[in-house]
Amino acid sequence: MPNATYITLIILLPLAGFLMLGIFGRKYFKNTSGMIGTTLLFVSTLLALYTAYGYFFEYGKVDGIYQKLVPLKYTWLQFSPGVSIDMGIIIDPISVMMLVVVSFISLMVHIYSLGYMKGDERFPTYYAFLGLFTFSMLGLVISSNIFQIYIFWELVGVSSFLLIGYYYDKPSAVAACKKAFIVTRFADVGFLIGILILSFYSGTLDFNTLIATLTSPESNEYKNAVAVSFLGVSALTWGLVLVFIGGAGKSAMFPLHIWLPDAMEGPTPVSALIHAATMVVAGVFLVARLFPVFAISAPDALSLVGYVGAISALIAAVIACTQTDIKRVLAYSTMSQIGYMMFALGVSKYGGEEGLGYTASMFHLFTHAMFKALLFLGAGAVIHYIHSNEMKDMGGLRKYLPVTHITFLIACLAIAGVPPFAGFFSKEEILLAAFQHNPIIYWIALITSGLTAFYMFRLYFSIFWNKEADQHDAHKSEGGFAMMMPLVLLAIGAAAAGFIPFGHFVSSDGTRLETELHLQFSIAPVALGLAGILIAMWMYKKESTKPDTVAASLSGIYNAAYHKFYIDDIYLFITKKALFNLIGRPAAWIDKNIVDGLVNATGNSTRDISETIKGFQSGKVQQYAIYFLVGIIGLALLFIYFWK
Amino acid sequence: MIEPGLIYHMLFISATLFFIGVYGFFTRRNLVTMLMSVELILNSVNLNFIAFNKYLWYDKLDGLFFTIFIIAIAAAEAAVAIAIIINLYRSHQSIDVEKAEEMKF
Repeated sequence: MPNATYITLIILLPLAGFLMLGIFGRKYFKNTSGMIGTTLLFVSTLLALYTAYGYFFEYGKVDGIYQKLVPLKYTWLQFSPGVSIDMGIIIDPISVMMLVVVSFISLMVHIYSLGYMKGDERFPTYYAFLGLFTFSMLGLVISSNIFQIYIFWELVGVSSFLLIGYYYDKPSAVAACKKAFIVTRFADVGFLIGILILSFYSGTLDFNTLIATLTSPESNEYKNAVAVSFLGVSALTWGLVLVFIGGAGKSAMFPLHIWLPDAMEGPTPVSALIHAATMVVAGVFLVARLFPVFAISAPDALSLVGYVGAISALIAAVIACTQTDIKRVLAYSTMSQIGYMMFALGVSKYGGEEGLGYTASMFHLFTHAMFKALLFLGAGAVIHYIHSNEMKDMGGLRKYLPVTHITFLIACLAIAGVPPFAGFFSKEEILLAAFQHNPIIYWIALITSGLTAFYMFRLYFSIFWNKEADQHDAHKSEGGFAMMMPLVLLAIGAAAAGFIPFGHFVSSDGTRLETELHLQFSIAPVALGLAGILIAMWMYKKESTKPDTVAASLSGIYNAAYHKFYIDDIYLFITKKALFNLIGRPAAWIDKNIVDGLVNATGNSTRDISETIKGFQSGKVQQYAIYFLVGIIGLALLFIYFWK
Repeated sequence: MIEPGLIYHMLFISATLFFIGVYGFFTRRNLVTMLMSVELILNSVNLNFIAFNKYLWYDKLDGLFFTIFIIAIAAAEAAVAIAIIINLYRSHQSIDVEKAEEMKF
């Protein structure tokens, strides 16, 4: 059994950083706050790595199966026997893996920000927010209780809101942070109802107990949850679907993805940390956490996860091909890759070889965190250099940003699935899992992987090749050591992470899963990926009119994709036209006329009454004496005639 | 033993004094006159006490003691009232109660 103290420390150190920098930062740590936050997180990361080493190689395994250990459990709020909100730590393969990913990526972003955010007016606040986010995200992944995960889930949402709106003097950033908060909050309502349904039927909020009761067909709880149905779907499936809606909101799955591209208004390192590598995979993590229940008891809910993931992956990839803001391209690419993880879970079954999709999904989460963080940090370096997000302002930067160029290329190769980079291995596993279980999703995934290669290399060639760069920024450097080191470290990760035998560590039931590469199977995706790269090279390597020609010949679909398939407009229509007019206005009318009317009537009548009776308080002694006399006479009459 | 019918005379005098006092209290604007009116009211009450003590419980002294109390309190009250009057005069240059009516709504 691991020692709970240092696992708790992993989480509490970033919180300490948040409190210290948040309260005293602006006064005492104006310049040192970055170093303080980074140092604390460095310790956290070391402890996380130590935990991972201990869990995977020392005490985690019993009889060849990785156990779900609960080294700490503190009952925080007891509702009834068995139902309580606990603050606990659960240590199992996915939580340990996430601990490492989150702390490592966060550390990279902390270091990178030392350079990127240097000289910013609110430097301590920035690091305080980063600490808050890291604390919440680490707390989320080790939650042993479904309500605990909900608490951290919301905390993550708040810190995301704060960091998207970091440049609060920019109206677009303010709008984006509100949008992100409202959309995810809206999805979280589904999550909360899902929690209530699941806990109502299972009689517990504890993950281990909940999974155990809801996956054993003999238990009464399971029978009840399946017997009750609403609209022809069992309560258990409803609960899981609602939980998935929460996850879909956080993970920017179609149709709740609209907040993610706008979230790019935040500082670029924040986008790398929150909106690429860690927070947006929280939905995937949630489904993975409840995976046994999904896979054993509610296959319908799981296939919904699969289809939503596949549709999101495809739509996002198509949109990414047309966007011109490099961060938006990366945002849609993130959404697409999370779609991959989702449908990998969706096509998976529980246990043994059938659970390949689960392992593949977690593997992709791991590798994606590396290369997507790298892409965002690279994009940050480019933006830092050019001071623009638009592709048309870039081109030919490979001479000026050599380190960024190489690392960005590695990340692009990784995400495009070119062997032997990390993305290749995880994507192969996902495609194999999809191929075995669901041909429709397999074909969608295959097309998407071709598109992925195309849009990533469109981005790469537009930034680093294409036209010759203007000389006007030649005196500027690439960014200091602080910005280069994370890029290099992450590039090593993105290049080498694929060789980790992931199936040995993470699998749906904790057993060792041998994953092997099938060469014939890999031909199609790799060929498609290479084709995508070549097309992108043909179109974007030299400045030409080819992109415009292609866009013109595909004008219908190009325009639709350029306008993000009008999903934002549909949302605007539904909210502005329908909801505001049908619900908002009547509600406003009721509020103005009835609710306010009641309050005003109380106030007005009080005022009128007091206006009329205030004349009694005249200030004249003799008038008071008259009241006194009248009162005495009245009392006297009362006593004489009525008080017998 | 005095003739019991005489109590009516005394009560009549007492009631007369009381109403003179009340009338004076309500109609005079001068604080000193109002104080005098209050004294009249108090003395009418004193008369009542004496009369009832004398004619109904002549073997007891309760009424007499009350009367003495009231006289003592009236003296104290007069002292306080005169202090108030002096202060009023200092602040308003007048002891007309109609002139001192700032303490209102």
